[in-house]
Amino acid sequence: MDWLLQQLINGLALGSIYALIALGYTMVYGVLRFINFAHADVLMLGAYAAYFLAPAVNSIFPLPSLTGTLIIVLLSAMICAAIGILIEILAYRPLRQRPRLTVLITAIGVSLFIEFTCQHKAVFGADTKPFPQLLPEHDFHLGGLVIGSNDLVVVVTTLLLLGGMWFIVQRTKMGTAMRAVSFNQQAAALMGININRIISFTFGLGSALAAVAGILYALKAPGIDPLMGVQPGLRAFIAAVLGGIGNLPGAALGGLLLGLLETFAGGISGLSNYRDGIAFAILILILLFKPAGLLGKATIEKV
Amino acid sequence: MLEIKDLEVSYGSIKALHGISLKVPDKSIVTLIGANGAGKSTTLRAISGLIKVRAGSVIYNGEDITNQPAHKIVAKHLCHVPEGRMVFANLTVAENLRMGAYLRNDKAGIAADMEYAFTIFPRLKERIHQAAGTMSGGEQQMLAIARALMSQPKCLMLDEPSLGIAPILVRSIFDQIVAINKERGLTILLVEQNANLALGISHHGYVLESGQVILEDSAAALLKNPQVRAAYLGD
Repeated sequence: MDWLLQQLINGLALGSIYALIALGYTMVYGVLRFINFAHADVLMLGAYAAYFLAPAVNSIFPLPSLTGTLIIVLLSAMICAAIGILIEILAYRPLRQRPRLTVLITAIGVSLFIEFTCQHKAVFGADTKPFPQLLPEHDFHLGGLVIGSNDLVVVVTTLLLLGGMWFIVQRTKMGTAMRAVSFNQQAAALMGININRIISFTFGLGSALAAVAGILYALKAPGIDPLMGVQPGLRAFIAAVLGGIGNLPGAALGGLLLGLLETFAGGISGLSNYRDGIAFAILILILLFKPAGLLGKATIEKV
Repeated sequence: MLEIKDLEVSYGSIKALHGISLKVPDKSIVTLIGANGAGKSTTLRAISGLIKVRAGSVIYNGEDITNQPAHKIVAKHLCHVPEGRMVFANLTVAENLRMGAYLRNDKAGIAADMEYAFTIFPRLKERIHQAAGTMSGGEQQMLAIARALMSQPKCLMLDEPSLGIAPILVRSIFDQIVAINKERGLTILLVEQNANLALGISHHGYVLESGQVILEDSAAALLKNPQVRAAYLGD
């Protein structure tokens, strides 16, 4: 029983991070119908932003502390929002009228460009850098369970951000406009909605979430490097597809589910080497029966 | 109020409009009739900024608005209800109407206009929290018109409001178009395949063929014109 609960906690923490990243993929897909592969690298840039901000913030608000961390997270999120918006304007906007495949390939190009530019020694360098301790850490013991404070932080932050995102998309004018643009750009333009502004907003929001996810991921990782976004990014992309791409609650659900699957499969002795294999086999099974994802709606392409 | 001069539009290398000129006087209803592919919808799309104009100009209230982006043209209170209605199927009726009022911030005015929309189309009020995609074609057309009214248009362009709609609803929608024109003083540019119905409520009409205006006259005269009767009124 303890083992089960322990894996549940670990899985939720990991899944929360996937969920945060998956939101960015799914939101961009919602408005532009392509997968922004550079999203995973924005996550990495978020972690590096925090890495470089930490010493400066530390001199005013000594770390580890909650205030200092909040400032770092907020600034990193703003930096990444700007980067995400810039990527869209420079790389994707000129291709707006081109086939989606062109944009998709460009997204892969942008991703590789960021990864390998950042590995250059004049930028971040390819080596792994130790991530500073931002928050005071404490292990809570509950019976036989060990709950790390960082795990709690990850889960609570994710829940708050998911709630916030739901509110923005469902309850605000900007969010309603996002859904309108997602359904039909021309009709949205005829309402007076500036499509480019909504797309920028979407990229900014998704990238800010990626920054937060990057920092949360780094909190639990041994260090950061320019390729750190690749693995969680890929999994979050799969989570978004699993939940039903374009569907926000679906992305959250997919992320949590993938995190849990991975943790449980990894926790079984003798199977831990096969954890990805097991997790992905289950995913394939789910998609066989629900091709549009768990919460996605099957749509019929009009010919 | 709205004047189009020598408008030319191409889709790729295919010319869709070969220099169309027309005038829509203030507070009038003007209809474009013509067969499929005559360029009626293209004309509206060129005016509202959905497609690029290659040559010619669109003058609205004395201002040249040619090739301005669609969202800026709406801000000038020139609104387009596109063919196929294009309501946001994933949004509720209320959300669709609020999107129509996207450029406005006057809460009281928006609420008042929503009430007005419900008085002319009471069915929409019954379905206020329903996803627009679950409604019938006629109800969606009502929503599309109501949504456009939310942006406080002075000139409203309607593309095929009768298309694919139960005949009983067509009559009621056209009655409301006349009412909007009379009561609110809206200028209306109407595109219809149902020439009889459209000319019946219009002041003036243009007949389009292969991207050109081949005939223009008062609506009453067009209804009597033997050429029009033979080609478009099924005589």
